[in-house]
Amino acid sequence: MNSFTYFRAHEVAAALTEKATAPQAKFIAGGTNLTDLMKVNVEQPHHLIDIRRLPLNKIEETEENGLRLGALVTNADTAYHPLVESRYPLLAKAILAGASAQLRNMATNGGNPLQRTRCYYFYDTATACNKREPGSGCSALNGYNRIHAILGTSEHCIAVHPSDMAVALTALDAKVNVTGPQGERVIPFPEFHRLPGDTPNIDTNLSPDEIITAIDLPTKGFAENNAYLKLRDRTSYAFALVSVAAALELEGNIIKEARIALGGVAHKPWRKPEAEAQLVGKEANPENFAQVAETLLAGAQGFGHNNFKIELAKRAIVRALLQAAKMEEIS
Amino acid sequence: MQKTAEKENLEKASVALPPTHTVTLKVNNTEKQLQLAPWVSLLDALREYLGLTGTKKGCDHGQCGACTVLVNGRRINSCLTLAIMEEGNDITTIEGLAKGDALHPMQEAFIQHDAYQCGYCTPGQICSAVGLLSEGKAKNEHDIKELMSGNICRCGAYTNIVAAVQDVMQQKGDPANE
Ligand SMILES: Cc1cc2nc3c(=O)[nH]c(=O)nc-3n(C[C@H](O)[C@H](O)[C@H](O)COP(=O)(O)OP(=O)(O)OC[C@H]3O[C@@H](n4cnc5c(N)ncnc54)[C@H](O)[C@@H]3O)c2cc1C
Ligand code: SF4
Ligand code: FES
Ligand code: FES
Repeated sequence: MNSFTYFRAHEVAAALTEKATAPQAKFIAGGTNLTDLMKVNVEQPHHLIDIRRLPLNKIEETEENGLRLGALVTNADTAYHPLVESRYPLLAKAILAGASAQLRNMATNGGNPLQRTRCYYFYDTATACNKREPGSGCSALNGYNRIHAILGTSEHCIAVHPSDMAVALTALDAKVNVTGPQGERVIPFPEFHRLPGDTPNIDTNLSPDEIITAIDLPTKGFAENNAYLKLRDRTSYAFALVSVAAALELEGNIIKEARIALGGVAHKPWRKPEAEAQLVGKEANPENFAQVAETLLAGAQGFGHNNFKIELAKRAIVRALLQAAKMEEIS
Repeated sequence: MQKTAEKENLEKASVALPPTHTVTLKVNNTEKQLQLAPWVSLLDALREYLGLTGTKKGCDHGQCGACTVLVNGRRINSCLTLAIMEEGNDITTIEGLAKGDALHPMQEAFIQHDAYQCGYCTPGQICSAVGLLSEGKAKNEHDIKELMSGNICRCGAYTNIVAAVQDVMQQKGDPANE
């Protein structure tokens, strides 16, 4: 780890002022991703601004009958919050599918969507990686790419975003509240993360001098019919190879609304409004779900070691939708 | 070659390090004042500065759970947090679980059930299990396995670890074991 100086902020304004005086500084919240990356010299901030004690540690109902998740609330406290459990069980399931109990006790709602890819080459400073060092090349493209993306890739980067929580937040149409030198703004969750294009070093549309203050959940939580299916090499404490957040609004057996977001397949949680629209008015059955899986995976491309993800994702979509419709047991 | 290396070392040595901080840590109910650089992890502060070597370093990357301690009663990985960030918090390590000569029920249960082989993961397993119990989310054996998955046991003592945790849950009259 490189040497650095440290500042603890107690107010958002103080954190922003500190950042303005030290633009290369990094915010640290739970620290579970940043300290990890600092230990392998992928991140080398010369100054850390500790934001963990900012007063952004509450979960509150919003005026629009939604829920506001403070950025500094831990992932564990969020998943186990009675209103999240009862109204947004999809989010609770996705959070609890990720990491371990210890890590969820540390990880925060602001830090989770900002965690960086687990691409092995990104972590290995001896290799070329456009995300870590723009212009150096992408070692995964022709390397070992079993965990890599099959959708929305570019010749510059084929990494996936590793967060489970972000997949559920995308499906639920959450909104990210941020504040920075320019004031406050709101970023819809589906637009929060970016595709790699020719700037894979930039993961999200959050500016480096902005702080996430909260994540807002809209009224609609699809509490009745939802599923988070996460497929991985071992059934706990492992990142997703493919994951599916599925939510349905049903009238009898007929679909009124559908939401499907995929994790582990792209540089951002993958959602396609036209695929969801395709299900509206249709019967919940395996054939219709299989068709929607084809639409979601249209244009998917493997890079050798990860070709299996295409078929895996299709089958996972069907299974998650069947689980959401309570036509198949959750395993 | 040698000259360059020497020169490099000289250059490195002459870079002034940022100042250390006086950090007060409350560990096992005792306040300790330490002079720490900001990059010292809580794990290193415990082991290298306070001599509390019960907490183990397995991976140093949040992947094994050997470094698990309780902060304000909640289990965390001490390798992924900076000591300076934990100032003012209540830290409990494996050394702080026993009351005098009386072992914590979880420590007793690990002995009773032979829930270890080499013992390296054990302090982390026990602290994690104590955290699991106070969270109160585990209702059955499956839940225990899932919620203890952040603690790897290279010796594979899992069966006996689960039995030990279940035993203590039962002693507490937890509905989980009905
Ligand atoms: C072994 C291991 C396994 C894991 N498995 C999973 C898994 O299966 N699924 C999963 O989803 N995750 C997993 N994780 C990742 C974990 O969920 C993230 O590390 C965690 O959510 C990050 O949150 P944090 O608060 O610790 O972030 P930090 O490490 O503190 O910060 C991460 C980044 O976000 C920035 N940041 C943090 N908060 C804010 C804010 N409020 N405003 C602006 N910037 C901010 C920081 O500057 C930093 O760049 C795993 C991690 C480990 C170590
Ligand atoms: S996939 Fe992206 S993160 Fe991985 S080596 Fe290529 S550029 Fe780097
Ligand atoms: S040493 Fe901290 S999790 Fe392995
Ligand atoms: S007892 Fe040896 S690692 Fe668990």
